[in-house]
Amino acid sequence: MPKPKLGIYWCASCGGCEEAVVDLAEDILGVVEAVDIVLWPVAMDFKKQDVEAMPDKSIVATLINGAVRTSEQEEMAHLLRRKSQFIIAYGACAHTGGIPGLANQFSREQLLRFVYEETPTMVNEARTHPQTSHQNNGHTVTLPEFRNVVRALDQIVEVDYYIPGCPPTPKITKAAIGALLEGKLPPKGSVLAPDIALCDECPRKASKPTDVSFKEFKRPHLTPLDPDLCFLAQGLVCMGPATRGGCEAACTCGNMPCTGCFGPTSRVRDQGAKILSSLCANVAAKDEKEVRQIEAGIPDPVGTFYRYGLAKSLLRRKVDLVAK
Amino acid sequence: MSTCYMNNAASKPATAWQPRIVAFFCNWCTYTAADLAGVSRLKYASNVRVIRLMCSGRVDPQFVLDALARGADGVLIGGCHLGDCHYVEGNYKTMRRFQMLKRLLADLGIENQRVRLEWISASEGERVKTVVNEMVEQIRALGPLDLPGRFADWDREVTALEAEVHAREQLSRPEEAEVAHA
Repeated sequence: MPKPKLGIYWCASCGGCEEAVVDLAEDILGVVEAVDIVLWPVAMDFKKQDVEAMPDKSIVATLINGAVRTSEQEEMAHLLRRKSQFIIAYGACAHTGGIPGLANQFSREQLLRFVYEETPTMVNEARTHPQTSHQNNGHTVTLPEFRNVVRALDQIVEVDYYIPGCPPTPKITKAAIGALLEGKLPPKGSVLAPDIALCDECPRKASKPTDVSFKEFKRPHLTPLDPDLCFLAQGLVCMGPATRGGCEAACTCGNMPCTGCFGPTSRVRDQGAKILSSLCANVAAKDEKEVRQIEAGIPDPVGTFYRYGLAKSLLRRKVDLVAK
Repeated sequence: MSTCYMNNAASKPATAWQPRIVAFFCNWCTYTAADLAGVSRLKYASNVRVIRLMCSGRVDPQFVLDALARGADGVLIGGCHLGDCHYVEGNYKTMRRFQMLKRLLADLGIENQRVRLEWISASEGERVKTVVNEMVEQIRALGPLDLPGRFADWDREVTALEAEVHAREQLSRPEEAEVAHA
């Protein structure tokens, strides 16, 4: 019997998710034994034409990581959707937009101007910006279109499953690939991680006070951190209460608060609004002015509460940016 | 809703745009005050859709974002005066959340006048009238927020490519080409 075919593709991502696949270490041999990898641009030499030549639905599953920012990424997503039985959004960017989603606070023009003209390390006196098409010696060369909006994968194509995380841990990756090969899959659209907040598996859970009360918000790089005490009790922003577990509390075990990369649980629509609700309700002050002073300890609410989820949040983007 | 936003000559809306405000009023104070305004026959703008909650502390910031995302031009939250909450602490929690929510919304490009928190006790029917009328006028001056229309605008760049890809797929399917030649 031929081995099931597996594809791995990347869009707007940092490469960390590819690294996460390699982090399966010796277990990757088991995966390679069980499946036939037919596309993996970071590691193997397959071209778009190879995928186009395959019959529709002939790939059992394609893991796509990265947010979607360019027309090329959209085309590949549509192509892989057609050729694959299952499309799996792999990692925070494909799942909820990830760090690239934070670019949704700026217009395309602002971003291009900064990157190609204003970055301190940039010398570009002619103010050249990338163009989608250019004529040279009678030849036309083209580049993909840079979109106005960063999107999560399911804002482009139908997604069957999500593997969360920045990056996903080897454990949940292995469990997901295992479930896929054995056909033991949960309902379509599920996130393949426990549907309970991170606090549930955090070793600091026992020290979480019943009445959390913030007299100030401390910042992790300016504060000595207690290695055992709940971060909320230490006055730090920890996204744990509004974030899905499954990472085995990797960050809190490393003495850093959770930043929310696994996204919300299934009962929450907007992770940022939910952690805002939880943290701010527990500010100690009763006077508006004092409340504002304490909350000023969170200088960048969008970047803190939507670090990985702005693209999939209810508002998606800074709403008053002018397109084109 | 989007037809109101696209106010061009070709598809002129039947009626002019009117602000739509979602109001979350607490059962014990502001909702009762709105009731009082009603029985006192006070007239105020009909642009608010009132949702009664047991406490202003029940207003999840998700409700506010969701109302805006679904087409509300503004959101008004009404609760008991600080210190008078039926559940002792509920309105304090709302006030603290609201301070941060306003900053978050400003960072995401939504004008501060579009969301408002007011403490209105059960006896202040007149205040309901004043606040609602004031807010309607402020939002009328700001114009429509129309997030559903903006979302559709943003997504035009991807729907165009999607249609193109599907058209190309139709052409490249051999079985359909055979049918065409038969």
